[in-house]
Amino acid sequence: MPFNLLVLSCVLYAAFLFAVAFVVERRAARGRLGWLRSPVVYTLSLSIYCTAWTFYGAVGYAARSGLEFLTIYFGPTLVFIGWWWLLRKLVRIGRRYHVTSLADLISSRYGKSNMLGVIVTVIAVVAATPYIALQLQSMVLSFGVFASAEPDGSRPLDPDQIAVWVAVGLAFFTILFGTRNLDAREQHHGIVTAIAVEAVVKLVALLAVGSFVVWGIAGGVGDVIARIDAADLSAWQVQPGRWTGLIFLSAAAVICLPRMFQVLVVENEDEGHLARASWAFPLYLMAMSLFIVPIAVVGLDRLPEGSNPDMFVLTLPLAEGQAGLAMLAFLGGFSSATSMVIVEAIALATMISNHVVIPLWLRLRPGAAAEDDLRSVVLNARRLAIAAVLAMGYAYYHVSGGSAALATIGLIAFLGVAQVLPALLGGIFWRGATRTGAVLGLLTGLTVWAYTSYLPSFGPGAVLPQAIFTEGLFGLDWLRPHALFGTQAMDPITHALFWSMALNVLAFCLGSLFTFPGPVERLQGAAFVNVFEGAVGPQRWARGQVDPEALLGMAQRILGEESALSLFQSAARAQGKDGFLPDPTPNFLDQLETRLSGSVGAATAHAMISQLVGRATVTVEDLMAVASESAQILEYSAQLEAREAELTRTAGALREANEKLTQLSLQKDAFLSQISHELRTPMTSIRAFSEILTEGDLAPELVIRYGKIIHDEAKRLTRLLDDLLDLSVLENGSVQLNLGLASLQGMIDTALIAARQTRPDREFLVVRDLPSEAMYLKTDADRLTQVFINLISNARKYCDATRPELRIVVRQRSGRVTVDFIDNGKGIPKESQTLIFEKFARLTDANRAGGAGLGLAICREIMTNLGGSVAYLPGQKGAAFRVTVPLRLERMAA
Amino acid sequence: MAQHVLLIEDEPNIAEAIRFLLTRDGLRVSHAAEGASALSMLRQDPPDLVILDHMLPGMSGLEILTALRADPSNCNLPVMMLTARGRDREMAEQAGADRFMTKPFSNAEILAEVRAMLGRGSAPG
Repeated sequence: MPFNLLVLSCVLYAAFLFAVAFVVERRAARGRLGWLRSPVVYTLSLSIYCTAWTFYGAVGYAARSGLEFLTIYFGPTLVFIGWWWLLRKLVRIGRRYHVTSLADLISSRYGKSNMLGVIVTVIAVVAATPYIALQLQSMVLSFGVFASAEPDGSRPLDPDQIAVWVAVGLAFFTILFGTRNLDAREQHHGIVTAIAVEAVVKLVALLAVGSFVVWGIAGGVGDVIARIDAADLSAWQVQPGRWTGLIFLSAAAVICLPRMFQVLVVENEDEGHLARASWAFPLYLMAMSLFIVPIAVVGLDRLPEGSNPDMFVLTLPLAEGQAGLAMLAFLGGFSSATSMVIVEAIALATMISNHVVIPLWLRLRPGAAAEDDLRSVVLNARRLAIAAVLAMGYAYYHVSGGSAALATIGLIAFLGVAQVLPALLGGIFWRGATRTGAVLGLLTGLTVWAYTSYLPSFGPGAVLPQAIFTEGLFGLDWLRPHALFGTQAMDPITHALFWSMALNVLAFCLGSLFTFPGPVERLQGAAFVNVFEGAVGPQRWARGQVDPEALLGMAQRILGEESALSLFQSAARAQGKDGFLPDPTPNFLDQLETRLSGSVGAATAHAMISQLVGRATVTVEDLMAVASESAQILEYSAQLEAREAELTRTAGALREANEKLTQLSLQKDAFLSQISHELRTPMTSIRAFSEILTEGDLAPELVIRYGKIIHDEAKRLTRLLDDLLDLSVLENGSVQLNLGLASLQGMIDTALIAARQTRPDREFLVVRDLPSEAMYLKTDADRLTQVFINLISNARKYCDATRPELRIVVRQRSGRVTVDFIDNGKGIPKESQTLIFEKFARLTDANRAGGAGLGLAICREIMTNLGGSVAYLPGQKGAAFRVTVPLRLERMAA
Repeated sequence: MAQHVLLIEDEPNIAEAIRFLLTRDGLRVSHAAEGASALSMLRQDPPDLVILDHMLPGMSGLEILTALRADPSNCNLPVMMLTARGRDREMAEQAGADRFMTKPFSNAEILAEVRAMLGRGSAPG
């Protein structure tokens, strides 16, 4: 086949795709997509998973490693079968929060962190570069196949030149259809449809070649099976470790590859399409892999030794003279390569412009959000990014020399993007995942991947010196790229997979566990993880002071005049301000941010609106700061309250003490005047009668009488002085106790007789229970009797009943004896019951009984010295005192 | 008719001493040991002079004095208070006491005071 014809058919095919994309774009612009938004198109667009690597390389993979190539299909199949668990959530998040790319999702989840966006973008670009190079290489190879097939060989084919032309052509197509506009949801209906067409072409081409091989070359299914059995391939060995690793890798790739994320999440029209794709896409993959092994086996059989098995899909039909079939196969491979490159370039360009260029632009030009024509900045950034991505792919192809096998390059790219997986899954399933964890995990994974897989892929000595492979980095043996920590048992890809993912996950988890998410991050994390619960996203804007005009200006520069205006108009209508600009309400700002984030990414959109809304915005951080400040104030005031309460308590205690002191002081004054009175009273009598006696001239009986009075009053004086002395001794604790056994009954008898001196005129009934008193106490009998006398005398003095009566009740319990003295008088008012035992205390200022008010105070002191007590016994109708005394008083330690 | 002195004093020995002295001086002495009986005796047998102890059981001397002065017929009745303390003297003056006697007193002193208050000259002998 003439080479020119080949080029022509390529150009025609490309023109056809242009036409498809163009028509669909036109229909989309008029809102008439119809069946183009069907799940079939969605499923077919997913087939960009099958690139030229799959189309050509799978046969080569099977020829080299047997059935292992199937792992590349198992992974995605598992992911799609389990779509309910993961893909549904991803798509829901993507649709709700207008996610524009994988980098946007990650950055948005971790608090709209632009750093994360940059990291993911870098990983994606670095990993995609060899992959794009792979596509270029496959196309160069396929052109080469046709060129060498040319009989005269007159036109020497320069592979580099082909690669350049392919790259330029693809860049042109991608820029034309990928950057026509900035859609709120970054959707590209034209391109998606063109890709669906290409999906059909590559499937048909592969099935056609396969059918030809099975029924055209071999003798049908039975013959092929016999050939497979006979071939070396039948000695296929399943290596569980490597297979598990590869299945995991391809499963991760189907989620994390930028182009897959683009068609799977970003271009998704309807969540329901996933349900269809969940079985339709695995079916497509199955169809794609159906004839791989027959082609490989027959190719190895028929073609000369040394033929490149990666090109069997082309070389078999050519060798059999089927030029038309070969042409179809070529177009299939062309489709696989171009669709992958186009979508990948768009996805990467979106990331680069949204996470690298625009943030830089906004940082370098602070007023940019309000002034510059950001729309054209974004679009130009994307155009440049697409060109740059393809240029890098070409550069990689050029540097690596196209020597490496296709499958290996593909796996390296898979492993690169798989580094995003922990942060992605952690982000949507684990609220505890933090930005720091994500950054650490990504950087760790990226580093390990680069060191163990990416850089070595250039070949020993190309980037990493030969010495590193044999002796390790810095001569450290455990740092050899293919034997980290001395693990040599694994093949390089499994080794790199194991260490990069293990260290990545470890760094991610540790980083997340040991750091605390910021407020925005926490809100976003909750919103992403709980995307199926509650329809309300985090409230992000407070009513700002921003001029709606400025907002409209910015929106127009990003969304385009028409769509910005219609957005603002509908918002104004919703606010009841038809014909005017809408107020910058929180709702409207959220709506606007969502629309803008669809074009420039969440972090950038947030930053731009922040620039305009300025300080008037109350951010969540502000609120959190205020909240924590309030918490501190609350805590401080709680401390103050506690301190105040303590002060109040102290003041209360002081007041009490002061009252007591005042009372004591008053009591002391009262006591002193009482003492004075008590001393003066007998002295008055003594003085008066002694004067009378000295005057003489008295009847003898009067002399006797007055002499006795003088004598009694002198004794009274002595007694008073004794009491005072007694109290003083008792209080000082220097009292000498005279311990001995004494009859309780005897003591009470003595006391009753002695107390009769008090108001001897009064009839006083005493009620006793003599048997109960029959006991001997070891105590100071004189002192205890003194207490009894005092209590009985008090009863005689104060009991105001007309027929006074005193009951004496004795009880013994557990080594202690209680003696109660209960009279039938009015008793003592409650408020005075404790006061009566205070020395100096008297119930009333008036001296009712002529005592000095020392009796009970002395009693209390005596009982303390005797190891017992005396207390007022309330609730006995009359006045009642209980004396408690130990049965056996041991001498207290001196 | 002999002038009538009402003695209000709870200490029996002091009361006996004063009664002896005043009776010997030709006065008629009636005695109350506490406030209630004293007030009723005031009404039943109005005295020409009241000797009132300050510290009494039940009603204090001050309370009796206040009650006594509350009766208009007694507002000019001379009252001598037997007291011990300086501070109480002020309160007693305000309540309407005319003279004070501090315990212990000499017999001559109290006789002289009583005579003066009753407007009598020297002792009849």
